[in-house]
Amino acid sequence: MSLLTPELGLLFWMLVAFGAVVFVLVKFGFPIILSGVEKRKNYIDESLLIAKQAREELARVKADSQALIDQTRREQSEILAEAAKSRDMIIGGAKEKATEEAAKIMEAAREQIALEKEDAIRQIRREVATLSVEISEKVLREKLDRKNSQMDMIDRLLDEINIPKS
Amino acid sequence: MKRLLKIFPLLIVVLLMITTGLKANEPAAAEVASHPAEEAGTLNVKELILEHLGDTYEWHITTIGESHISIPLPVILISKTSGFHVFMSSAFHHGHESHNGFYIAHEGDFKGKIVEKDATGQEIRPLDFSLTKNAASLLISAILLIVIILLIARSYKRNPLEAKKGFVGMMEMFILSVYDGIIKPGVGKDYKKFAPYLLTVFFFIFTNNLLGLIPLFPGGANVTGNIAITFVLAVCTFLIVNITGTKEYFKEIFWPDVPMWLKVPIPIMPAIEVIGVFTKPFALMIRLFANILAGHSIVLGLVCLIFVTVSLGIPTNASMTVVSVIFTIFIDFVELLVAYIQAYVFTMLSAVFIGLSHVEAHHHSEVRS
Repeated sequence: MSLLTPELGLLFWMLVAFGAVVFVLVKFGFPIILSGVEKRKNYIDESLLIAKQAREELARVKADSQALIDQTRREQSEILAEAAKSRDMIIGGAKEKATEEAAKIMEAAREQIALEKEDAIRQIRREVATLSVEISEKVLREKLDRKNSQMDMIDRLLDEINIPKS
Repeated sequence: MKRLLKIFPLLIVVLLMITTGLKANEPAAAEVASHPAEEAGTLNVKELILEHLGDTYEWHITTIGESHISIPLPVILISKTSGFHVFMSSAFHHGHESHNGFYIAHEGDFKGKIVEKDATGQEIRPLDFSLTKNAASLLISAILLIVIILLIARSYKRNPLEAKKGFVGMMEMFILSVYDGIIKPGVGKDYKKFAPYLLTVFFFIFTNNLLGLIPLFPGGANVTGNIAITFVLAVCTFLIVNITGTKEYFKEIFWPDVPMWLKVPIPIMPAIEVIGVFTKPFALMIRLFANILAGHSIVLGLVCLIFVTVSLGIPTNASMTVVSVIFTIFIDFVELLVAYIQAYVFTMLSAVFIGLSHVEAHHHSEVRS
């Protein structure tokens, strides 16, 4: 029966021991552990959320940069095409101009040549005329030593001049 | 290694057989927990078990031959006649001598307790605050528990974000399993407020249960199998349940939602409810006490089997020794489980009772509709 009757002394010690344990552990023990676990749990949740956001951000940035690259490529090809076009245009224009210029120069040269040629021909003619006059003078001087021959000569010359005129 | 593990229990059995064979002539010299043989040659098993299950003034370790080896514990007495006394229990010389008029009664109503004689020669008990075996074990486990939990708490204070390893990690898992598995579903909404207390109760019971299973010095006392211990635990739960109880809880006790004739003129239901308020913690007290008491009794009974069968001859004794050792090992494993289960059950029921005392009015109407 003594097993079923609580002993006063043991009750006292139990109150002391259990009271101390409850006081210390409820005040300094379990709340700290539980809040520590809670803190860590929140930290992990937060970190996971942040990581997820970072991943999404990264994906978005990647997509953005891809789009940017694509656009840049497009622009680049456009610019290149434009450049080629304008180059062709410039070259074409230059060619035309050059041809024109060349034609002009040729024309000028041709004109110059023609002028020179005429000049030269004129000079030659003049020379020839002078020469022929001199020669004819000499010839005439020799031939006109005689009177009648002089007269013949004049007549013949006159005939010659008249014939082509008629 | 595996083979060694297989051989090991066999070795123990053989060793036990040899030792029991040698001691066949002095059966009282039990290694585990013996009582000085009062009648030479026979072993009073009932006495032995009851002595262990009860409480003693010294911490008995073993008896070799006729000499007892035990740790003396302080005796603190307040006598009506001679006042306050403090002395070590070794002054009683294992209960054989008296000291300052106090002696340990060997029979009568106060058997095993310290008594004195009043003027008329009647045996009376002084107020006894002695640090008995159970009280000492209680203090040791309390200190152990405080140190362990505070060490863990310090680790959390220092570095709450680090993942814990080793012992702290294991204890964290243990604490959280109690927290998430018992307290959260048991208490319900306000679980955070009561979690520290319930965790303390769980680990207090569990530590004492485990220490009780260790047969050597710091353990071996039948602490949680003592009604004074479970009484205090149950009273604490009772106080918390009824002090923090909501208005709705008390309304359900004194004016429950039942047909009028059950409440007026004879308050049948309120009476049942009021009795229920007290039976709940009473059940807690008895359940823990009886389970641990029974566990200790079974282990002791099985061990005593060896010494009881000594008189039946060596063949019977040897075979019973084997049976006893195997059964004791088996029951010790069961007790390990019981140590956890009883702490679990006590905490869970306390949590549920606290949860029930926090019922709310709207919850009630929901159930009705």
